[in-house]
Amino acid sequence: MANEKDALKKNPLSAQIDLSKFELATDEEKAQQEVMSESTTFFKDGMRKLMKNPLAVGSIIVLVIIILTSTIGPMVIPYGYEEMISVNGRRDKTAKNLMPFTWSKNEQKYIDEGGELFPHILGTDEQCRDYFVRILYGTRVSLGVGFFAAILVLIIGLIYGSISGYVGGRVDLIMMRIVDIIYSLPDMLMVILLSVVLKQTLAPLIQGTVFARLGVNMISLFVVFGLLYWVGMARLVRGQILSIKENEYVLAARSIGAKPGRIIKKHILPNCLSVIIISTALQIPSAIFTESFLSFVGLGVQAPMPSLGSLANAARDGMQSYPHKLVLPALVICLLVLSFNLLGDGLRDAFDPKLRR
Amino acid sequence: MSSEYLVEVKDLKQYFPVSTGFMKKTYLKAVDGVSFAIKPGETLGLVGESGCGKTTVGRTLLRLYEPTSGEVLFNGEPVTNKNITALRKEMQMVFQDPYSSLNPRMTVEDIIGEPLDVHKLYSSRAERRDKILHLMELVGLNAEHATRYAHEFSGGQRQRIGIARALAVNPKFIVCDEPVSALDVSIQAQVVNMFEDLQEKLGVAYLFIAHDLLIVRHISDRIAVMYLGKIVEIADADELNENPQHPYTVSLLSAVPIPDPKITRQRKRIVLEGDVPSPMNMPSGCAFRTRCRYATEKCAQECPKLEDRGNGHFVACWNK
Repeated sequence: MANEKDALKKNPLSAQIDLSKFELATDEEKAQQEVMSESTTFFKDGMRKLMKNPLAVGSIIVLVIIILTSTIGPMVIPYGYEEMISVNGRRDKTAKNLMPFTWSKNEQKYIDEGGELFPHILGTDEQCRDYFVRILYGTRVSLGVGFFAAILVLIIGLIYGSISGYVGGRVDLIMMRIVDIIYSLPDMLMVILLSVVLKQTLAPLIQGTVFARLGVNMISLFVVFGLLYWVGMARLVRGQILSIKENEYVLAARSIGAKPGRIIKKHILPNCLSVIIISTALQIPSAIFTESFLSFVGLGVQAPMPSLGSLANAARDGMQSYPHKLVLPALVICLLVLSFNLLGDGLRDAFDPKLRR
Repeated sequence: MSSEYLVEVKDLKQYFPVSTGFMKKTYLKAVDGVSFAIKPGETLGLVGESGCGKTTVGRTLLRLYEPTSGEVLFNGEPVTNKNITALRKEMQMVFQDPYSSLNPRMTVEDIIGEPLDVHKLYSSRAERRDKILHLMELVGLNAEHATRYAHEFSGGQRQRIGIARALAVNPKFIVCDEPVSALDVSIQAQVVNMFEDLQEKLGVAYLFIAHDLLIVRHISDRIAVMYLGKIVEIADADELNENPQHPYTVSLLSAVPIPDPKITRQRKRIVLEGDVPSPMNMPSGCAFRTRCRYATEKCAQECPKLEDRGNGHFVACWNK
């Protein structure tokens, strides 16, 4: 026994740690070690980054304000976009070209007699229509065109690009040459030509339907977007798919027996989603811009439906007397395009894996 | 079962067209007439240097590439494009790179569950989850890992996920395409041992592709040596080690490091001269003759056939 005790005695020069100085961890302490960080998805991670970008957040706020006012505003204000001001059921011809927050003679009389009227926040135009409501409707139209055109471009470009990229080979070659041909067409010329041609053929077809309210010009605008503007998206998607297709997980999915549709949907598209979101977000301002431009030229929406472009065009005549009528729609266009562009840039910074820091 | 073998490969050829100029095409002969057979529950190791067509053999076997000619028999039935979808339940693959073979946008549960989804192997969500958890347990992953994404795991764990995915359909045959070469040595041992355990438990057959002879020797029942798209020697693992016949196999084995300085000092390393010829411009006759010490006139004229030298030891060489 005595020998054994001696043998266990620590050599004074040994660097071995004295185990008696340690104590066992309790279960609670062990559990603390096992806490793992929250599993972050790609989307959550991207959104967190987006929310850190002041420009992107600012543009989101501006967009939300514009969208909310243009949707809620017309519900609150009791004037219609094509409704001429009337007092007591009678048309008020004196309410022409009013300045902001002023009343016409008849309206003033009505108010003096104890009636109540909603103020003309931005005055009226030369056809006695409330200008603020017209701007709100114009914004609605521009936003609607922007979103709808972007979605149209997204759907066509996505399907075309996916097929071309995934199938590859000769199919890809032919499909991409078609894209090249479409790319080389001058788009403005096509818009003008199409709206002239479609006016003749479409007008009788759409009479009495919902489309009639949109007007032939508007529909031809969408047709042009559907025909011409998807090529950029198709090229982008194809390029993405070509590179993602080479990954081993696609091969793994094939060896499992997954069909091409499933592989595209489950493996390839989720991995190029960020690029698609970004370019769709950047497509919206370009569509808004095109629509405004065409409406300004007179090929956009049909009167009396206002659009920001046509409002600006109509305000050109009285530019010196009523500058606010030109400045305001132009300002809304600028704000919309600018904030969509900034948001697109923010999305790119947040979601594009190549820019990851 | 209509055949003694689970998988039989007969004269498999896989050429890839390569355009060498305007309107000009040559063929890259990645696999040039490969034949072998694997019994149920057996492991065939496939070794060879980089670019000799090992991976292509594995992928062509599973019809990930359309073979130029030759046929693959599974259970005695030829594998065609028609029955391949059903056969994907019997033949699976584990990939080389655990970093790119898992979809970064999918959770582990969905990755392992994908074969179940594709082949509709469950009747309820609960059954799917049970199967996935069972598979995860089988390859040594915790149940709480199920909701995580692939990038949150280490290389070894990712490879386990890949193996669980391959096992999901309960296959009889798995092509392991260099499953451990992307892992570091300590993890390699774990994964290789897991492959062996799984074989014992489930009775699967492996085609184990690797360029590390030590690992192949450890796991394989038989070993095939490939050089430039052809098999030059097949034998039982021990037989090949102790009695290599083909000059290429001999030089390969001499390059295997032995962790004993005494033996290493005495050993003579056979260094091959020259480079591997391009598979687009193969030498006539035997592919190895340009680097072979024993090469003769005959080697340049005619390609040697794989011949039985007794005990299931096949060699393709005129001189040895």
